[in-house]
Amino acid sequence: MACYLTTGKHFGFYWSFVTVLVLLAVTAPTALLFGFGGASAARSQFPPLRWFGTIYISIVRGVPDIAFFLFFVIALDQGFEFLRHQYLCPDWTDRIWQGNDFVVCSAAKLPLGSAPQWVHEVYGFFLAVLTFAIVFGAFAANVLHGAMQAVPRGQIETAEAYGMTRRQAFWHVLVPQMWIYALPGLSNLWMLLIKATPLLFLLGVEDIVYWARELGGTKQARFSDYPHGDWRLWYFLALLVFYLAFTRLSEVVLSRLTRRLSHGQATIGATA
Amino acid sequence: MSCWQTVQDYGLRAIGIGERLLPREGFDLCQQFTLIGSGLIWNVYFGLLALLVGFFIANAVALCKASSNPWIRKPAEWFILVFRGSPLFIQFFLAYFIFLRIKQAGYMPWLTSAQAGALIVLVLNTAAYSGEIFFGALRTVPRGEVEAADAYGFTGWKRFVSIVWPTTMRLAWPAYTNEAIFLFHATTLVFFSGFPTWRQQGDALYYANYFADKTFNPFIPYPIVAFYFILLTLALIGSFGLVNQRLNRHLPQERRTRLKFRPNIIR
Repeated sequence: MACYLTTGKHFGFYWSFVTVLVLLAVTAPTALLFGFGGASAARSQFPPLRWFGTIYISIVRGVPDIAFFLFFVIALDQGFEFLRHQYLCPDWTDRIWQGNDFVVCSAAKLPLGSAPQWVHEVYGFFLAVLTFAIVFGAFAANVLHGAMQAVPRGQIETAEAYGMTRRQAFWHVLVPQMWIYALPGLSNLWMLLIKATPLLFLLGVEDIVYWARELGGTKQARFSDYPHGDWRLWYFLALLVFYLAFTRLSEVVLSRLTRRLSHGQATIGATA
Repeated sequence: MSCWQTVQDYGLRAIGIGERLLPREGFDLCQQFTLIGSGLIWNVYFGLLALLVGFFIANAVALCKASSNPWIRKPAEWFILVFRGSPLFIQFFLAYFIFLRIKQAGYMPWLTSAQAGALIVLVLNTAAYSGEIFFGALRTVPRGEVEAADAYGFTGWKRFVSIVWPTTMRLAWPAYTNEAIFLFHATTLVFFSGFPTWRQQGDALYYANYFADKTFNPFIPYPIVAFYFILLTLALIGSFGLVNQRLNRHLPQERRTRLKFRPNIIR
């Protein structure tokens, strides 16, 4: 059994857990940044920016997130290749969309056809992170926008009475205070992000779902040193337990954090 | 081929009526709209049935969780923990392989089909999420209402049915609306998890993915899916709003809570 669990393939499986954790670690701050940008844009005084922010916030809510995942991966990939194509091959005359094909010159391919395997994997992972960040950024923008609205109006008015400019009031009064209002929504979002990580599988990254299917299935196992039947059930049970433990742990940590942050704040959260 | 012809061929393709082969060329707007729209049949099927069955289970789960008897309370708590704490995607996979085992043992072979198996997962999943919502609402029923019921001599089942339960629903309804919306969104996952598609009869996203794969152009099929789902979401908000109105009909006009779409509880 110990030998079985330490084959090279299994290290791929363990490594994919690291992939998922790295994805979470990278995506969460990026999405928060996107969200902050979106929420600030929705408050902007410059109308096009405000419209952009509002649309960004509202469109993701009505549409299944998985549709966005599938959409952005191709769209971003084509977008990057299109930009590189314009830059690298200016004298290309053929059309890029030829009927049902998307053709760019070979120098603009991303990653390059000659690139080693790991570049392809890193690029796929990068696209996945960007996709996650865009989708969850919209959710975060929604939460942060609500949090900004929740900061008592009197606080801003006081800041203005002290002669602060709009920008100063935003950075020195609004932003420090909004986090406590945003925290319940953000912790909810973190849970959601954890639970969305298996969707990496759909984005073509070799994640834990991919390995669980591969390792558990009989096809490979029959020709390896350790033949076994269909064990996918047990692999997925292990994944379920992993996720349960992970969400449970986050729940405990986040509730501690909420209690600490709401200390001394005049919200209901301080008593609850 | 005219657009009307396409609608006749592919309008009910998702449930196996009409043309057998999916379109191989053309891929014009009409084809995409028709086929993706016909896939929506399955989204509505999964969503409505899961919502309907899940509603009753959720009520039972909430009551069990509120019970003082640990033999009843603990299973309900674990049920909610397991289904809310793990990704739906993993639940689909796990359930599929469990159903596969059952099929291999010679019982209930229909369980491995998406239409039955995935529906069971969705029912249990939504039961857990809404059960938690109902449980939260059950605990916030005003004490005064219960005391008033006691004073009028209501006891046991009668008190629950005519006093506690309507208030619970009233309190839970806005959150439950969100849950329903996200349940419908979650139905798009079905054909991307372990469950196989039978004769290419998939849901809206399945067909959108088909078109995106064929044309390498994601900018048409996915916005069509988005369009359909926004319509579906609006319809849901509308019908849940009607129920909300009925639930709050005894309140004066200005104190009624309007339903607002706040996606706080998401899978």
